[in-house]
Amino acid sequence: MFYFDKLYFDLYKTPGCRQNTFAGVYNRSKMNEILCPASDPDVQPPRLYPEYKSTVLRAPTRPLVLLKKSLAELSGPVFGDFNPGPLDHDLTRNAVKNGEPLGERMVVHGKVTDETGRPIPYALVEVWQANAAGRYIHKVDQHNAPLDPNFLGAGRCITDSEGNYRFYTIKPGAYPWGNHPNAWRPNHIHFSLFGANITSRLVTQMYFPGDPLLQYDPIFLGVPPKGRNLLISKFDLSLTEPGFALGYRFDIVLRGYGATPFEKS
Amino acid sequence: MLQTPSQTVGPYFAYGLCPEQYLYDFKSLVPSDRVTSSHPATQPGTQITITGKIFDGEGVPIPDAMVEIWQNDGKNRLFGRFGTGTDPENRFVFHTLKPEPVDGQAPFITLMLFMRGQLIHSYTRIYFSDEADLNEKDEALGAVPADRRHTLIAQKNDSVYTFDIHMQGESETVFFDV
Repeated sequence: MFYFDKLYFDLYKTPGCRQNTFAGVYNRSKMNEILCPASDPDVQPPRLYPEYKSTVLRAPTRPLVLLKKSLAELSGPVFGDFNPGPLDHDLTRNAVKNGEPLGERMVVHGKVTDETGRPIPYALVEVWQANAAGRYIHKVDQHNAPLDPNFLGAGRCITDSEGNYRFYTIKPGAYPWGNHPNAWRPNHIHFSLFGANITSRLVTQMYFPGDPLLQYDPIFLGVPPKGRNLLISKFDLSLTEPGFALGYRFDIVLRGYGATPFEKS
Repeated sequence: MLQTPSQTVGPYFAYGLCPEQYLYDFKSLVPSDRVTSSHPATQPGTQITITGKIFDGEGVPIPDAMVEIWQNDGKNRLFGRFGTGTDPENRFVFHTLKPEPVDGQAPFITLMLFMRGQLIHSYTRIYFSDEADLNEKDEALGAVPADRRHTLIAQKNDSVYTFDIHMQGESETVFFDV
């Protein structure tokens, strides 16, 4: 790690080599490796995982072609200037029509960091989920459970200068799906994040501690054993707001090192 | 620290990630088909349209994929996001600027593909059929087996480029390990 950090620092001092990963770094091969460490096969799921049936016709079958990074891979979209609406981070209020959404109120706190533990400030975090009854508002979801007129289930926020995010929501319900007989998805919240550059792009799902459905879920089990616990949030009494909402912590580590991509002018 | 593992985007991303395109009452991050600058200054360029379908292993167009494109040629940095569920033919459509060559390499657009049935998303590149000379000399294309290069080249017809993606099969698109 020391070696790594020193190398990084030396490169960072090189004229034209900016930590922000934009112009100037793309043809420096060492920087290239450092800013784009590989996807970690010990924790990342495979493309084909037949227990999750829809991978069978949708997973590429040929080996991926190794790509020498260019300017495009060493940069990524910047959303630091995106202004979320005042209620975008509060799913308990951002779709209210005539009352409060039903279900168990909760608050999720987390820190977004790179692989060295450095916070990623001004990162865009988008979330979406089912309602308390396990029903998505999406038109294709035909699960026989009620929609909640006061709950959309979508939100987003930008991490603060320390990489922290927070949003309020209703605990999502489990729901059945057609993967195999009596298949149920565990309670989960979908997350989408943009990191230092497009190679650190992450779409994932946050699960809940102690959920008995996890052991049967091929989407969760598609992650190698070493990675699974990283997807389970932790209940945290210190984050729990008395008389209001249960607190959970879900920290997120994006692939990549040391980069703070989000230009804040 | 260990990377947070990827999980599928699932079938129900539309109201969260592409809400306006799918007519949900929530503001979209970026307009659905109009690729927008993720950096303040956009410089003039050639307006183009890129459209295509994504086919599964049985040759059926995939109606629940989300496509993101990213282009950075040093002048413009542009990002777009589109779901394949609103077009009658399940196409994605992007109106953008044609990227410029960087360092003598062929111009391209990075495409990221998310969908139910992918536990981790896929990367590919869109090259352009009217850049034959640069394509011929391009380092990244050169690393792709010659008989598969055509899967990365969008075919031009007037100002519209068609870029179909095949997840599997004889013309399986080349996906990159980035």
